[in-house]
Amino acid sequence: MGKIVAMTGNIAVANAMRQINPDVCAAYPITPSTEVMQQFSNFVADGKVDTELVTVESEHSAMSACIGSSAAGGRVMTATSANGLALMWEMLYIASGNRLPIAMMVINRALSAPINIHGDHSDEMGARDAGWIQMYSENGQEAYDNLIQAILIGESEGVLLPVMVGMDGFIISHSIENLSMLDDQQVKDFLGEYKPLHPLLNVNKPLTMGPLDLQDYYSEHKRQQTEAMELVKPAILKVAKDFAALSGRTYGFFETHRLDDAEMGIIALGSAAGTARHVVDGLREKGIKVGMLKLRVFRPFPSEELQQALGHLKSLAVMDRSESFGAAGGPVFSEVRSALYDLPTRPKTINYIYGLGGRDLGIANIEQVVADLQEINQTGKIKNLITHLTVRE
Amino acid sequence: MSAKKLKGWKEIPIGGMILEAGNSAEYETGGWRTFRPVMDMEACKNCLFCWIFCPDSAIIVENEKIKGIDLKYCKGCGICAEECPAGAIKMVEEAKL
Repeated sequence: MGKIVAMTGNIAVANAMRQINPDVCAAYPITPSTEVMQQFSNFVADGKVDTELVTVESEHSAMSACIGSSAAGGRVMTATSANGLALMWEMLYIASGNRLPIAMMVINRALSAPINIHGDHSDEMGARDAGWIQMYSENGQEAYDNLIQAILIGESEGVLLPVMVGMDGFIISHSIENLSMLDDQQVKDFLGEYKPLHPLLNVNKPLTMGPLDLQDYYSEHKRQQTEAMELVKPAILKVAKDFAALSGRTYGFFETHRLDDAEMGIIALGSAAGTARHVVDGLREKGIKVGMLKLRVFRPFPSEELQQALGHLKSLAVMDRSESFGAAGGPVFSEVRSALYDLPTRPKTINYIYGLGGRDLGIANIEQVVADLQEINQTGKIKNLITHLTVRE
Repeated sequence: MSAKKLKGWKEIPIGGMILEAGNSAEYETGGWRTFRPVMDMEACKNCLFCWIFCPDSAIIVENEKIKGIDLKYCKGCGICAEECPAGAIKMVEEAKL
């Protein structure tokens, strides 16, 4: 039954991939995800996996090769970051449109320009309309756990969608932490054998994939994708339940911390959730009624569940580690505020854009956020709807 | 296109997949045609050049003799008229027929 190991987020992810033992991996290196495929290619060279590793000349080709392999009927994985994900853009939509359950680790990193290799969510957030299931991880443990679960979520009956799992670049990818790894056999049994619904390589049942789809049927195929996203929610909960039975670790669409009796709330994704939890605990000792919610699943967006979890708050701060230029706030804020709109009474909700390009988010920063929420509760007025936190004037 | 009732999103395979092989016969490309090939059967020498060159297999042949054109699939590309050594095929605008 598993063991406690100390490793970087990237090595944890590479080990998850080793235990998943996919049929095909096609990848191209980019910081900070390079270490994942570097370590995984060692596993291939050492005969620890049966994977066909396809080294390609760009991320566009990496995703293209993943699409071909998945269409053929294989269990397929890759990893990338930032500009690498951006170069995959065209193929992301083709993967989801062709209903191919590829699993991809995204080591979240800022997009150029100016060039920056450090952690923020601009890359994955930019791909939020690409039809992929999207998850975020707070630490190496969650990245490991999420990636293993991602395989079964994407392959679920009725779903058949690709999944990307995010983990903050450098902050998590290159930090060594303790985590609990399952046994190889446990992962193998948990995942079972992949049985593709419509494999191209089945010569006894020839089929066409990716045909021209014009005004007469394209809308129907997009409607199917919407339906598939609806079916992701029960799939996530089912896979999480089975995974909890195996690992003792529980997952849902999000995790709440001291939120039930809170008057103020903070929403964060990824590594910032750890800092927020620490601040919440400190302020609770001073009697300040604050709680937090860590969003794990961004696509499909759990609107109804968030309404239930957040509706009782007086005020709420949504932390966005990416900017949506010209929009009504960061991507998480826009969606959360939209979800809360239909409630008869709802918290006053504000947005903080923080940590772009790996800028550190400190304890004092989150304490300031809570101080702002306290002021809103006292005055009933929002002074700043959107604040660029940790940015010098 | 024929006026077949189009299916709803619950009735069709996912991802635009076509699950049966050899289905191009169901796609009647004759609807694309602007110019129709009209054959002068008196002038035709049954050399079968049009049958060889037609990209849509729309030349009807029986017992090695040209019988006509399958207008369900003829796109009106005009290759048959271009290749016919006897000048037996004329392209006529559909609107004028």
